[in-house]
Amino acid sequence: MSSLESLYQQVILDHSKEKHGRADLGEGDVLDPLSTARSHQYNPLCGDEVTVQITLGGTDVETVAWTGDGCSISQAATSVMHDLIVGRPVDEARGILADYRTMLRSRGEGEPDEEVLGDAVAFAGVSRHANRVKCAILGWTAFEDALLRIEAARPTAKDES
Amino acid sequence: MTLTSTQATPLDHDEVEAIRADFPILHRTVGDGAQLVYLDSGATSQRPRQVLQAEYDFATTSYSAVHRGAHTLASEATDAFEAARETVARFVGVPTDGVVWTRNATEGLNVLAAALTDPEAGQYTLKPGDEVLVTEMEHHANLVPWQRAAARSGATLRWIPLTDAGRLDLATVDGLINERTKVVAFAHASNVLGTINPVAELVAKAKAVGALTILDACQSVPHLPVDLGALGVDAAVFSGHKMLGPTGIGVLAARPGLLDALPPVLTGGSMVERVTMETATFREAPQRFEAGPPPVAQAVALRAAVDYLDRVGMDRIAAREHQLAQLLLDGVDSVAGVRVIGPNDAENRTATVAFEVEGVHPHDVGQVLDAAGVAVRVGHHCAQPVHRRFGVNASSRASAYLYTTDADVERFVQALGSVRGFFGRS
Ligand SMILES: Cc1ncc(COP(=O)(O)O)c(C=O)c1O
Repeated sequence: MSSLESLYQQVILDHSKEKHGRADLGEGDVLDPLSTARSHQYNPLCGDEVTVQITLGGTDVETVAWTGDGCSISQAATSVMHDLIVGRPVDEARGILADYRTMLRSRGEGEPDEEVLGDAVAFAGVSRHANRVKCAILGWTAFEDALLRIEAARPTAKDES
Repeated sequence: MTLTSTQATPLDHDEVEAIRADFPILHRTVGDGAQLVYLDSGATSQRPRQVLQAEYDFATTSYSAVHRGAHTLASEATDAFEAARETVARFVGVPTDGVVWTRNATEGLNVLAAALTDPEAGQYTLKPGDEVLVTEMEHHANLVPWQRAAARSGATLRWIPLTDAGRLDLATVDGLINERTKVVAFAHASNVLGTINPVAELVAKAKAVGALTILDACQSVPHLPVDLGALGVDAAVFSGHKMLGPTGIGVLAARPGLLDALPPVLTGGSMVERVTMETATFREAPQRFEAGPPPVAQAVALRAAVDYLDRVGMDRIAAREHQLAQLLLDGVDSVAGVRVIGPNDAENRTATVAFEVEGVHPHDVGQVLDAAGVAVRVGHHCAQPVHRRFGVNASSRASAYLYTTDADVERFVQALGSVRGFFGRS
């Protein structure tokens, strides 16, 4: 496999076109802060941006919707994230993110666990390209930030965790 | 200067090959073994061994602190440092004491913007009601310092808009340069569009209303013969790392009368005359603007870079780059689904060509080109407003220099032709 093909695995090329979970997020939507939050992330180095909106049902991720503008890596990563975390308990989704981060920071040395990461293992090749890691993490960062917002809005969140 | 019909003979194939032999880095491979095609000189240029050698020789023979100490090394280092100032001053047509060393062009512009908001700048101090005029094609380095200066002083920031062809909309200039205009700061050549702006025309209009003219010459001094004295600008900035020199050194060139009228911005050692516990007096320009240890080794290396450019001849470099601009434009134009951002004719244009590949993000474009060994810049190139003007967040940009071959351009165009297919766009 050429270095280009190991970076742009078929899964990535497919998701960059299909963009699962991509939706129009209305500007003026009123969101229930106890279950729904949005986060906008921007990469000032390349101008890529993504907005992720999540809704929790209890402690599960119920829906993920996103919009944004960016390279195929950032679009595909957010699409794969959508497929991986919708319907999962929040803790598990966080676990995937932790593994995903470790993989991306491995400089190509990591041994990602496909059991945990599913399709997100396709992004292993990104870890060899220091200036693309940020692209692969942008949507996930928005997810994590939205999650923190909901937790901050829930008075009981601390007791539960 | 404008570059229409080029009188000088362009560098020929053998001359370009001889130049390339001086640049060790151009002979490396990248990725899976592809020969490097370096088309990112607009961001930073490569250095010939003569420049590296000059820095090495200085470090191994004369290196020491300048302008202090009575020992042999101090004297040799001071001579080398000041000789560099002389060389650079002559290269751009200003008196030697009109050259201030800075860290980079960004610093030079910040120093000017800060000095012009200091009440001690007297007649030059910006006030509420004054106007600062820039253009819509500026690098952030020649925009944000003026935004801040306007905010501090109460002056109004205005800008010359662009035509769809990527040129300044000169029809608007007469209204924009008026009796309130105090500063006109603009790029000689755009780092995105490649447009070469009509300096003489803008300077004449600015002079007619008594406004200062400040030229961002980052993308012109490395590529064209530039005589700042003849252009009549009050000040200009450019940068060592874009003209075969090292990083860490830039030039703020100005007519000495202006520098002497402006207060210092950075203060401390080296720039003072008498210091008491309460107060200090300052040296004349250029030292007044050079607080702290100066970039001595970088100045010596920059001198070697200027000597190199001089030996080749700026007029011949410009003529060659005129050819390269045409080759790049034709090449990009030949690829389906690719649009040039900027003028699509080579007149008054540098060999810097930004483009958009339909349906493919610039980051992905850059990655596919890199796999073919071709290094281009992707992103907003520190010029977000000009991208917004042309309806994109980012672009890809190929920028050539004296060491770029026709074959480099062909390799680039060939790789560009494979981009859309790779991502399944047809
Ligand atoms: C037109 C222009 N202005 C200013 C700058 C900033 O120069 P420096 O890197 O020396 O700060 C650049 C560099 O990219 C440029 O191209």
